[in-house]
Amino acid sequence: MSDELRELYQTVILDHYKKPRNYGRPDGADREAEGRNPLCGDQIKVYAKLDGERVAAVGFEGSGCAISTASASLMTEIARGKSRGEVEAIFARFHDLVTGKGTIDPASVGKLEVLAGVREFPARVKCATLAWHALEAALRGSHEPVSTE
Amino acid sequence: MTSSAEAIGERLSDLEVARLRADFPILDQKAHGKPLAYLDNANTTQKPRAVIDAESRFYARDYAGVHRAVYELAERATRAYESGRDAVRRLLRAPDSHEVILLRGTTEAINLVASSYGRMRLRAGDEILITAMEHHSNIVPWQLACEQFGAKLVVAPIDDRGELILEELERRIGPRTRIVAVTHVSNVLGTVNPVREIVDAAHAQNVPVLVDGAQAAPHLPVDVGALGCDFYAFSGHKIYGPSGIGALWARRELLEAMPPYHGGGSMIESVSFEKTTFAGIPAKFEAGTPNIAGTIGLAAAIDYVEAIGLERIAAHEQALLAYANDGLAELPGIRVIGTAPGKAGVLSFAIDGVHPHDVATVLDCEGVAVRAGHHCAQPLMERFGVPATVRASFGLYNTRADVDALLAGLRAVLEVFA
Repeated sequence: MSDELRELYQTVILDHYKKPRNYGRPDGADREAEGRNPLCGDQIKVYAKLDGERVAAVGFEGSGCAISTASASLMTEIARGKSRGEVEAIFARFHDLVTGKGTIDPASVGKLEVLAGVREFPARVKCATLAWHALEAALRGSHEPVSTE
Repeated sequence: MTSSAEAIGERLSDLEVARLRADFPILDQKAHGKPLAYLDNANTTQKPRAVIDAESRFYARDYAGVHRAVYELAERATRAYESGRDAVRRLLRAPDSHEVILLRGTTEAINLVASSYGRMRLRAGDEILITAMEHHSNIVPWQLACEQFGAKLVVAPIDDRGELILEELERRIGPRTRIVAVTHVSNVLGTVNPVREIVDAAHAQNVPVLVDGAQAAPHLPVDVGALGCDFYAFSGHKIYGPSGIGALWARRELLEAMPPYHGGGSMIESVSFEKTTFAGIPAKFEAGTPNIAGTIGLAAAIDYVEAIGLERIAAHEQALLAYANDGLAELPGIRVIGTAPGKAGVLSFAIDGVHPHDVATVLDCEGVAVRAGHHCAQPLMERFGVPATVRASFGLYNTRADVDALLAGLRAVLEVFA
């Protein structure tokens, strides 16, 4: 197996793919948004429960590839307890990391670092960011599904 | 069509395929450090040197606007362009090159028929009959026409092997049916549809039939007379020709009766602000400066496949399909989608617990180019209960080594996702 592949499909990613965390609608969720990738037909639904400005819980539903599922699962863990502004800032850094823009210190995105290998596969960036786009829309209170296209 | 190679014709020898591969400069490269195994031919095909050179030579020596000027160069360009039209006629065994409309491809051809035939025949309450295995390009143009004319889209079902249920289609041809539009070969399942039987059933009720030949023209001999259909569309880029060129063949009486599709230069007889009269066929349907060089490239591609012989190409691809099927059967957790007995060289499959996109990424790292996704056939994905499939599709230049690379790549997938 090539190094690129080993880097992309790390153990953590495969673990979150096979056992996604926070799957489903959390109790008391008051925000939700749908994300669609029209190119592959993948759909995801992201739920959030806000406590003032703070994200009290995040969950997701849908079926996707290992990259999009692991990214969504990791996101639900990372966003919990953060403010809306903090979630947006993490997504911005994560987006730069997977698109290979600028010089992002992988450590600045915490556990999401395991998705850094995506930058070698430009066609897969949309998989890695789908759930995040949906979470951003949910937190903004948007009811329109977000699309990667 | 049968799955037995011998029944179709003598297939290409390994030596011949090796020689043909050398005609395709793009195949001689590596992807992720591995020899490129290009197995995405149902999406688009690579171009032989003959096509690349024909287009480049035409631009270097013979290019001018067609059908207008009187100078020698323009006459030469017009002759070359019209011989391209005749090459299409030959490929489809059509009687008359006036019945060949040169267009951007299958999608534009179906849109032309949906719009132009639609304006002529479709009224509120009429029905358009398609099948459950159609590509979006043989669904959406009809939906647009339905919306415009108040017509209804009716869908004939397929069985679990991916075969059209002919009696169900026949049952749906009724007094309000105005056209039957079917694919010749499914781009996902590989199923070859019984076009002659469909045509007989439709004609018995005076309903014309459009055939989407995008996946058939490059892979089996087509004879529109023997098929009996009324419209036949295909794309150049899937038959080793350039992108952005394709054709619609249709019966003269239909083309003459149908109103124009696009308006503009070339398609008129005379224009005044009060009244414009239209040119005869095929010009009536070819508004604007056409894809001249693309037509020259398409003609070169048709010459190329005809020199090899479509029967032999079909037999070669059948042999590869059988070899790949045998290989897949030895791997655990793989479900082939599309198991009709009469199939072209298209192999769609799903792997338990692994998303098709992940399969395609791992295969890419092994140098294997396949398509993963819904293949512009979302209703068909739903029919089989999958969001997407992996699809390997064969062309004349593929070898058993390409299939071996695919199988090795799939073993890597199973290892990563074990």
